[in-house]
Amino acid sequence: MTFDYAPAPESRAIVDIPASHGLFVDGRFRPAADEAVFKTVSPATEEVLSEVANAGDDDVDAAVRSARKAFESWSALPGSERAKYLFRIARLVQERARELAVLESLDNGKPIRESRDADLPLVAAHFFYYAGWADKLEHAGFGPAPRPLGVAGGVIPWNFPLLMLAWKVAPALATGNTMVLKPAETTPLTALAFARICQQAGLPPGVLNILTGDGATGAALVAHPGIDKVAFTGSTEVGKAIARTVAGTHKRLTLELGGKAAHIVFEDAALDQAVEGIVQGIFFNQGHVCCAGSRLLVQESVADEVLAALKARMSTLRVGDPLDKNTDVGAINSAEQLARIRELTEAGEAEGAERWAPECELPSTGYWFRPTLFTGVTQAHRIAQEEIFGPVLSVLTFRTPQEAVEKANNTPYGLSAGIWTEKGSRSLWMANRLRAGVIWSNTFNKFDATSPFGGYQESGYGREGGRHGLGVYLDV
Amino acid sequence: MTCHYARRYARLVTMSLKADAPKAPTPPTPPEDSPSALADVTASDASLRRFLHGLPGVDAVGLEARAASLGTRSIKTTAKAYALDLAISMIDLTTLEGADTPGKVRALCAKGRNPDPTDRSTPPVAAICVYSDLVATAREALAGSGVAVASVATAFPAGRAARSVKLADTAEAVAAGADEVDMVIDRGAFLAGRYLSVFEEIVAVREACGDAHLKVILENGELATYDNIRRASWLAMLAGADFIKTSTGKVGVNATPANTLLMLQAVRDFRAATGRQIGVKPAGGIRTAKDAVKFLVLVNETAGPDWLSPTWFRFGASSLLNDLLMQRQKLGTGRYSGPDYVTVD
Repeated sequence: MTFDYAPAPESRAIVDIPASHGLFVDGRFRPAADEAVFKTVSPATEEVLSEVANAGDDDVDAAVRSARKAFESWSALPGSERAKYLFRIARLVQERARELAVLESLDNGKPIRESRDADLPLVAAHFFYYAGWADKLEHAGFGPAPRPLGVAGGVIPWNFPLLMLAWKVAPALATGNTMVLKPAETTPLTALAFARICQQAGLPPGVLNILTGDGATGAALVAHPGIDKVAFTGSTEVGKAIARTVAGTHKRLTLELGGKAAHIVFEDAALDQAVEGIVQGIFFNQGHVCCAGSRLLVQESVADEVLAALKARMSTLRVGDPLDKNTDVGAINSAEQLARIRELTEAGEAEGAERWAPECELPSTGYWFRPTLFTGVTQAHRIAQEEIFGPVLSVLTFRTPQEAVEKANNTPYGLSAGIWTEKGSRSLWMANRLRAGVIWSNTFNKFDATSPFGGYQESGYGREGGRHGLGVYLDV
Repeated sequence: MTCHYARRYARLVTMSLKADAPKAPTPPTPPEDSPSALADVTASDASLRRFLHGLPGVDAVGLEARAASLGTRSIKTTAKAYALDLAISMIDLTTLEGADTPGKVRALCAKGRNPDPTDRSTPPVAAICVYSDLVATAREALAGSGVAVASVATAFPAGRAARSVKLADTAEAVAAGADEVDMVIDRGAFLAGRYLSVFEEIVAVREACGDAHLKVILENGELATYDNIRRASWLAMLAGADFIKTSTGKVGVNATPANTLLMLQAVRDFRAATGRQIGVKPAGGIRTAKDAVKFLVLVNETAGPDWLSPTWFRFGASSLLNDLLMQRQKLGTGRYSGPDYVTVD
């Protein structure tokens, strides 16, 4: 007999999903001006979870006006008063963490273990952290009286819906800005639940407005003349379009875009933990992570050993129901993303890389992709260059530290990198030469509210998190 | 780890198994028919040190994070029923007190044979673990039960005695009927870097054990670093241990999920390298059924299902059994009973 884990599903009963959702404008929920709606589905089952209002130009205008009106009083509040609201929100997020985690897993497809143990604690941490800064801005190194920019427009992705909201909303509000936020089309539900938390916290109307919608809504928001700052996290392609839109205007812009991170394993690494780090690096959140360690650069002398151990470890990954507490890898967020992953992996095979995936049964409905690795990959392959944004690892080898640096930096991106070596001096030598905004040493995909995050080159500009995260919302 | 890992340690593949080792009296020298490759590794302190220090390092943060992450597995219903019975059958029910008496040992043996008098479907424990002078008592009390007698030996728990005393201790335990011997390594020698001395002592005890199974206690709490625990694990396996065991239960830090996970990696890698499977025994501080199930998850997802049997995995514990029994009753009846519904022995 083998040790088969019986299903251990988290209860859905804890979250009550309304059949339809309005836009959150001026502190109240209301339908779109043209009453347009769209549906959001659970990627694990394709079940329709709810109907959501699709904001048009008039709604964007109304939301920006509301935020502009609220800006006068919000920015005039003492920082300690703004902090009270943010602390209250942080506590409410903690109190309702289980409900929000279930909702996030339902709408996004990520395993409950991750939404419960990673996303939600980080969301609360961001609000606590920036609440603490709200009354200390004059001591943050941005001059004696730094002023907010005005109305910020936030457009966020579907991979960490609530966490990306927190990364935008917490610093924007702490610094005295008001905000109009557009969550991703496929994952609007936790943002709307967050709007109810704002109501519960008594946040003044208009300080945060949430507009659900598709790409057109986001484009209208970014182009609206009434906003002073755009904060975008998402694809490089859309990021470039936004940069063109705001070029020549007064709007400030931060972009957090794609990545193709190098995860570098030296022969003297702690190999068991390195293998664990590789798995965390690429299969965390189904690889839907802009800083995912999608290019494994392993020193040739230990490549066979590492690969064999990695395959053995991948064979123990449990793919399936996101609400099962024992699931390691959940569902791909959308049919569209699944198609993109398929296209790139097929290109990988066509270009001669060798594909491997563990045997595992996938559910019959929903969007699924096996954790996959490609060996025999070279820099010339598409799967070594393009962001796949899925559970797909490309494995390359190197011979010397210098070669590792060259290969790691040979990318249009530059968001993150990881180094595994037990030799501290080599780790520092590498870190000084790697062109990446975040470098992890002997770990990967670790986030903290106090640490700035952002990229080089086509991975974007501006930093979120930490003290640096205040600067992009201040007139400095 | 794998066949590739095996290649790294290829020279070990041809090492002699304990069955091949000569039954010479107290031989501090490696067995004469041992292939030269093994002799290379254990020929001198220097070569043994080079080998042990050549093992991949351990990143403490990563190891502990992995152990904690496996600790979040949610084991329910049928899986829980399987795990509880398996855990009971893996217990080395232990009493190692200065106040131990024949009466106490007999009571413990009765408990080990029939852990739950209200439910005869409960499996017996794997072994009863006692000091060597009480082996004969345990042997008699367990006659015909299939439950093994394990004895600590080699000046347990400190291991601070002359080697002749340790070997005599071992021989007495085996002569009195011990099926299994739990020895302690010489931590002083290990920490002083005299690896060969530690190795030779294990080889000598191995000889004194005869047919008895040898569990080698590393005393992780005194080795202090994970790198040391990995090296000591390999040292013990090279010297012929049948089991590697975390601790005596007599120091501050005993079995932890992280140090047990590390030892499970060691036995997994050792089998891949040599073809020889070694067991693992966490001991000390595992008191609840919930903890025990977490350890079984570690076994399942690290060494693999091959280790999920009392032949390859044991719990050194005393109070754990009653919590397992209470959880077992809860699963059977749907109600929590309480400490008055399990026997206190």
